[in-house]
Amino acid sequence: MSSKSSSSFFNSVVKKQFMGISGLLLCGFVIAHLLGNLTLFIGPDAFNKYGYTLTSNPLIYAAEAGLMAIFLVHLVLAVQLVIENRRARPIPYAYSRKHSGRGATLASSTMPITGALTLIFLVLHIRGLKFGTHYETEVNGIVMRDLYKTTIEYFQDPLHVLFYVVAVCSLGLHVSHGFWSAFQSLGLNHPKYMPKIKCAAWAFGIVTAVGFSSLAIFSYFQGGR
Amino acid sequence: MGGNSTETMSLKLKIWRQKNAKDKGGMVDYNLDGVSPDMSFLEMLDILNNKLVREKGDSIAFDHDCREGICGMCSLMINGQAHGPQANTTTCQLHMRKFKNGDEIVIEPWRAKAFPVVKDLMVDRTAMDQIMAAGGYVNVNTGNAPDGNSILIGQNEAELAMDAAACIGCGACVASCKNASAMLFVSAKVSQLALLPQGQIEAETRALAMVEKMDELGFGNCTNEAECEAQCPKGIKLDNIARMNRGVVRGLFAARK
Repeated sequence: MSSKSSSSFFNSVVKKQFMGISGLLLCGFVIAHLLGNLTLFIGPDAFNKYGYTLTSNPLIYAAEAGLMAIFLVHLVLAVQLVIENRRARPIPYAYSRKHSGRGATLASSTMPITGALTLIFLVLHIRGLKFGTHYETEVNGIVMRDLYKTTIEYFQDPLHVLFYVVAVCSLGLHVSHGFWSAFQSLGLNHPKYMPKIKCAAWAFGIVTAVGFSSLAIFSYFQGGR
Repeated sequence: MGGNSTETMSLKLKIWRQKNAKDKGGMVDYNLDGVSPDMSFLEMLDILNNKLVREKGDSIAFDHDCREGICGMCSLMINGQAHGPQANTTTCQLHMRKFKNGDEIVIEPWRAKAFPVVKDLMVDRTAMDQIMAAGGYVNVNTGNAPDGNSILIGQNEAELAMDAAACIGCGACVASCKNASAMLFVSAKVSQLALLPQGQIEAETRALAMVEKMDELGFGNCTNEAECEAQCPKGIKLDNIARMNRGVVRGLFAARK
């Protein structure tokens, strides 16, 4: 039963493990991004200073490249896994698949959809904010980008707010399954800790959805000022 | 045992008919009267087949053997659920009392690329034997039953190994998985050996060899939905998949070639 050297290193288990590791790293980004963006609630200066601190550090390019690489690993593997999984059942059941109620959840059965929505969201999100209108402001004598103004302006369109809220809720759903699923794929399963990890996954999903949504809704109501 | 129900049921059955592996196949409707609630699901199909034979029709092919819930031969997707609506129960142990008079029951074969339909509801599950042949065994001769306590095995390990060994290899996990993945089956077979001293010797290469064979045969990937665990007639746990995943990593790093 020795495994041949000719066989691919990327068997189905290893693919899932790379999915899990890249997913957990992306979860780390989501949390860091949320915590940083909460400076929006403090005020324009705090938010702009946070943005300036990030972008003025030359390491930001390395960090962005790393993040992009992790995202691409997650994306390419996801596409490959979905194609393989579709091929594994060429003829579908006539009776629409009935969940037993004890296994699959809304989150687990919609992973490719919520993932794809996140991808679309990312493109629009980066285009609208990072590469959005460029304003400048001065805080403590330093000229920096007024990202606060761009953000508030962007969220004056109710459609932007609506899409943002839908997208971050879908991301919340995605991580509520993905977070614990990564532990299972990596073999880190334990009858005592797994229920806690699943709770953490749900909490993470809710924090993601509520946290980011609150930023968009807050920005919308800041418009009149 | 109290099986003297006089009321019988009439059922509307929608059953997959397919002449052979090359035939396109399709769903065919049957009406069946006089079904006793005390019949097993397979006995209900026997009655239908008797009727079809009397009417000079072709009887419906379906797999079965022991009809005691232990051989793993029976299958059937019943109303979208592997082995029907009753948890922890094989089709042969499912009784018609779980259904009501006038019910419509949709009966389909297991659907997976790795399980081609042979005829009607019967699929070829040789792929599972091929996975077993890739590593689901112990190479050493274990001889006669050893002296009690000569090989010490912890109570927990013994229980977990027995739980994994309850897998009858029916393929319900593959059938119920939206990705037609065989992970639960493979992990049960990996675990029943990996947890015991005799199986640990080859544990490093076994998980990897069996997973590679599974991939080669066209089964899908696990997305941790746990639908397999929910629909498994033997209650095999998802924890086994995590154990197998650990085994695959160990196997990759242990490979010397």
